[in-house]
Order: sequence, then structure tokens, then C-alpha cells
Amino acid sequence: MNDPLRPPMRQANYRGQINRAHSPVLAGGTPWATIMLGSLAPVLPVIPAVPVLPPLGFLLLLGWRLVRPGLLPLWAGVPLGLFDDLFSGQPFGSAILLWSLALIAVELVEARFPWRGFLHDWQAAAALIILYIVASAVFSGGKLSVAPLVLGPQILLSILSYPIVAQMIALFDRMRLARIRKIG
Amino acid sequence: MAPPNAKRSGFSRRAQYSIFTGYVLAGIGALIGGVLLIVSLRDPHFFSGPRMDAMDAVAPVGKAGAVVRTESKGLLGTVQGYLSAGSRNARLREEVELARIRLAEADAVRNENQRLKALLKLTEEEIKPVAMARLIGGTSSSTRRFAFLSAGKKDGVAPGMPVRSARGLVGRVLEVGDSSARVLLLTDSESMVPVRRARDNVIAFAEGRADGSLRLRLVNLGINPIRAGDIFVTSGAGGLYRPGIAVAMATRLNKDGAIARLLSDPAATDFVVVDAIWKSVAVKAVTAPPGTPLP
Repeated sequence: MNDPLRPPMRQANYRGQINRAHSPVLAGGTPWATIMLGSLAPVLPVIPAVPVLPPLGFLLLLGWRLVRPGLLPLWAGVPLGLFDDLFSGQPFGSAILLWSLALIAVELVEARFPWRGFLHDWQAAAALIILYIVASAVFSGGKLSVAPLVLGPQILLSILSYPIVAQMIALFDRMRLARIRKIG
Repeated sequence: MAPPNAKRSGFSRRAQYSIFTGYVLAGIGALIGGVLLIVSLRDPHFFSGPRMDAMDAVAPVGKAGAVVRTESKGLLGTVQGYLSAGSRNARLREEVELARIRLAEADAVRNENQRLKALLKLTEEEIKPVAMARLIGGTSSSTRRFAFLSAGKKDGVAPGMPVRSARGLVGRVLEVGDSSARVLLLTDSESMVPVRRARDNVIAFAEGRADGSLRLRLVNLGINPIRAGDIFVTSGAGGLYRPGIAVAMATRLNKDGAIARLLSDPAATDFVVVDAIWKSVAVKAVTAPPGTPLP
């Protein structure tokens, strides 16, 4: 009845064609793959002297969870956070903890406000981004004396980039359910 | 967007249990994360093995990215050169800037030579770099400042080795994988480098501030002798960095020293040189437990 690969809306809009079907790998794996790619951002050849870039992996996680609820399981923060910890420069375990807590928090928000618009989602994301960046700085193992000066721009940039990330995820979501050739 | 129907458990026992299990799993995951976090805060190198393996795996991609960064910069320069003399102007300006740093370093070396010759007849051996490598990336969103280096154990890189560019000191190697290494940048808040003023012997510690600048703390407190524009070089104390590598330029004075600007911004460096630890005996002596005989 509620087949995750064929939501009723999609069936009505995009009728299936002969020899074209959704790929289970693409449909299930796209959220995970894109979030992991976001976690790989430190490998980009950008070495800023100040941490200003938004935490891309976390933004994508929030985006997938808020834009397309029901795709990521509640425990997704553990494996994805573990992957993020390998590259982020934070002490190991910080993303496992914070990403799990963030997913639980989103779940609670969803239970409280089942019907939300984009602005509600943005509000929830902004609150979680602020908490996440501050908590990351606290858990980073470095001195905290100059953190307030550094974190402001990063928090602002991350909150402002959430709408772009949400749009990106809408695009990925269309790619996720693209119909591809079944035989040959 | 409203949650899909499967998320509303209603009276279905099965749905209720599956939601409950999800919460339990996520809670356990958060707990595990908390425990791992405490372990790695106590001992930052505990998980360096898996971390460096993962870095080794993605290092080739990063290296390709670094090459593209360097070459695209070169291409842009060429185009600009045809359009206007701006790029040449920029290059000359950079050369002058480098020359100024070199001059300050030369000052420091001359000063030191005088001092050493006055003290004893010390012959200085030639310093050969351990490896030449690219900085392939850096932690761009964490408050800790690390960079990743495209050379590792295979190239002879070991933890503690200083990393420098043509402009000056960049940081030191923290963890080593087979073909990549993690570098603690000077601006990290855990980084501390003993420095002295290039033209005389005002000694200080350069401490990272995580916002791209360094804080110079004078060792001898009293009247602050630093002036804005003073260039600081490594003093060689501690044995990790050889003396005379340019580190920072003082920009703003404060009570016990100054705030200084980093001379070799990691964002602007392509190739870096990994040096051997300057006086490994001294470093060993500091890290060895008390009572052990020195080599």
C-alpha cells in the first residue's frame, strides 16, 4: 500500500513507461551518498584561516530529514556521524552524538507540529544549526576564548544557506526517483 | 510537509514498536557517540588509525583538486596578463612581499650568527627537507584548524615535523597515514610556537586564536617593546622548529604582547616543505618520562 518506491502522488504525475523503472539503489542510497559527499567537504582544496564554511554534511542531513521525512531512519545519525568524524577535524564521536540528538530533536518537532511550511522547517533548521555549531565548538577540544567572534559568521552563513540546500535536496530527490532502463 | 502515513502509529502495535525501537536505537547511538567523544577528548590520537586510513583513501581526489586549484590560478593569471598588466603587477607585489620576509629572516640569521660566533665555534649542518608536498585541504567548518598533506609515512613524514611554505611556517605534522598526513596549523588554538623578534631577542610565544590570527605572549613581562609591523621568527626553543623561520607580523598591541597576522596563509600556499625535527634529542628529552637516560 505505501510502497516507498512508488508514492501515490508520483504514480499519478509520472506514469511508468515500458522498460523504465526506479532503481532501488538510487532511491534508497541517494540521501546517504549525498550526505557523505557533504561530509567530505574538508577534502576540497579550500583551506580557510577562519572556519566560515557551513558544516555541509550536517546541513544535508537536516535538509533530507526536513524536506523528505521518512527516508532516513531515526538511527541514521550514527553511521553518517561516524563518517563525518573521520574528516571533520572534530574529536571522534562528536558528530555521532550531535547528529543522533539532532535527528531525535527533528522527530520531536515533527510530532508536535505535523503540518509545517517551509518557514517552519527553516526555523527548526536554524535552531538546530545554532545549537550544533556551538556544541561542536564546545566539544572541539580547543580553547574557547575567541570562539564567539569566529562562530557568528559561520552560524549566519549556515542558516542562510539552508534554503539553497533544501532546493538542492529537492533536485536530488527528483534524481532519486528517475526512471532508468531496466533491461539492456 | 506532513509526515507520511507510515509515521503515524495509531493503534497498530507493530508501528508503535517500530517507532519506539527507532528512538531506542538513536538514543543508544547518541550514548555511544558521547562515550567515544569523551575517550577522544582524553586522548586525541586514540582514533587516529581509522581517521588516517580514511584520509589515505580520499587523498588522491584531494590531490587532483589541489592541482586544479593551482593550475586554474595559473590559467587565470595568463588570461589577465593578456588583458592587462595587472597580473604582473600582482606578481611583483608578491615578490616584494616575499623579499621583505626574506630580508627579515636574513636579519634574524645574521643576528644569530653573530651571537653564536661570539659564544662558541659552532658549525651548522646543511638542512635537507624531508618531503615536498601539497596541502590538499583543511577543516573548513570546525573550530579546530587542521590541514591535510599529500605526503605520509611512505615519504618519511613523522609526527612533530615542521611544515613550512616559501613565506614561512605553516604548522607541524600531527598524525601520519601511509600517503597523507594531518597538519596542526599555527592558527589552531592548541598550537604554540616559541618565537623571537627578527631584529633582536625579544622572545615570546605565538599562540593560535582560531580566527586566523596569532596571539604573541611575551615571556619577559614589563614594558611592551613590540611595535606594529615587527616580524617574528621561530626561536628554536623546544627543539621542534629550527630558528629563523618567519612566523607572523605584529598588527595590534595589547597588554602582554600583541595580536599578529600569519605570514604564510595556508589558503595561499600550493607546495609546502616538511622539515626534519630540528633537535630530536631535545624533543625526546622533553617527552621521555623523568629518570630515563638521555641518548
